Amino acid sequence: MWSDWETFSAFCSGICPALFPAIMVLAAPLVGALLMGIDRKITARIQGRIGPPILQPVYDVLKLFAKEPLFLNRLYIFYAWLYLAFMILVVVLLAMGQDILMVLFVHAFATIALILGAMSVRSPYSRIGASRKIMQMVAYEPILILFVVGIYLSTPHPHSFLASAVMKLNQPLLFTLPLLLPAYFAAVVIKMEKSPFDVSSGHHAHQELVRGVTIEYSGPFLALIEIAHFYEVFILFFIMAMFWSTNLWIGAGIALAGFFAQILVDNASPRLTTFWMIRFMWAGPMLLALCNIVWLYGMGRG
Amino acid sequence: MKVLAKSPWAVHFNCNSCNGCDIEFLACLTPLYDLERFGVLHIGNPKHADILVVTGSVNHRNARVLENVYIQVPDPKVVVAIGVCTSTGGIFADCYNILGGIDKVIPVDVFVPGCPPRPEAIIDGMVQSLAKLEAKRAGKKVEPARKPTFTFRPPAEAEAPVTPSPAGSAGRGGKE
Repeated sequence: MWSDWETFSAFCSGICPALFPAIMVLAAPLVGALLMGIDRKITARIQGRIGPPILQPVYDVLKLFAKEPLFLNRLYIFYAWLYLAFMILVVVLLAMGQDILMVLFVHAFATIALILGAMSVRSPYSRIGASRKIMQMVAYEPILILFVVGIYLSTPHPHSFLASAVMKLNQPLLFTLPLLLPAYFAAVVIKMEKSPFDVSSGHHAHQELVRGVTIEYSGPFLALIEIAHFYEVFILFFIMAMFWSTNLWIGAGIALAGFFAQILVDNASPRLTTFWMIRFMWAGPMLLALCNIVWLYGMGRG
Repeated sequence: MKVLAKSPWAVHFNCNSCNGCDIEFLACLTPLYDLERFGVLHIGNPKHADILVVTGSVNHRNARVLENVYIQVPDPKVVVAIGVCTSTGGIFADCYNILGGIDKVIPVDVFVPGCPPRPEAIIDGMVQSLAKLEAKRAGKKVEPARKPTFTFRPPAEAEAPVTPSPAGSAGRGGKE
């Protein structure tokens, strides 16, 4: 079996240059859906329930496609498609070993498409959800940018933002970015809409703002949002696996550990306010990330 | 594949219930009964829902709200009416503002009898409604449910022909 992505992607590129990105684009939502299903099962077991089948997220999406398409305005649907398209683009960029900074920006555009969609309807819950989503971005985007800066400084001279350069590193990213892993983990908890940060569209608490930003999406359009979220789950943990890029299995182990840790955090914590989230993220994880960058400069990486 | 039956999301609407049925419905989602193992999610939004779960005796004031929530649920959809109040008005039947059953406002697919019904009965009602949900998706004509009679009349008496009563008071709780 291939022990790192480099060999696997090189093997696929040998057959056809578009093969590796195509495999990633097809596999990403399946992996994301499976992770979400495992998430629901583990959460149920923690709460002493039996829980839905692992494939439940897939059934949910298939069900949503069978429903009547109801919509308020065409722009609203366009933003749902845009959200999905940008998420797919992120996967393609990652698979092609492109610029991580670009990946970050496209990922932010995807979230902004969701926010614009939520802002384009007159539902007050949708508007509040959208403004809270913006607050979430304010909380985690600085950490992601510092993470990208950290990756840049970790690559050998001349520095590079390319994901392919990360895959070529001699030592794992974790050795140069040890403090950025917990900081990135906190950002993942926000992106996954998990407690204590599930303020804009609760992942388990469907009554919180009646699911905020997705309130007016129904049927197939909600399915698009769900599929985009599957992609997002895959992207978040794929990037977490990049902390140990020299060996695929250790990287996957780190990503899985992060995945189980966020389920535990979700079940062990209450939902807190938006401003508490910003205070916490800027005081804790962002400080960790900054220390890591300063330390890299101290090591003479700049 | 019967995708609708695998992931029914329920929205719960309380039209003037005493909260007994609401608590029993929420009990279905607790670890003891765990409706979520059938894929049922208690969702707060009618636009995401497949099953409209109604409790309480509908009155003139909230009938239009109930109708509005029903319209917002995308097709195919089913209505599960929980408790005797939803079928006849129950203990509130003689109040001046009670319409006498939610079927006066929206079509009902399953009535769950009881005051309040046990969680087992509610789960049974939900499972029965799934068959109707799939039938509606297949384009079959689904007849509205018949009201349960045995919750306010003993079964033996229910078999016997009912003496005609004055219009508007037929089938009300407490009269039998």
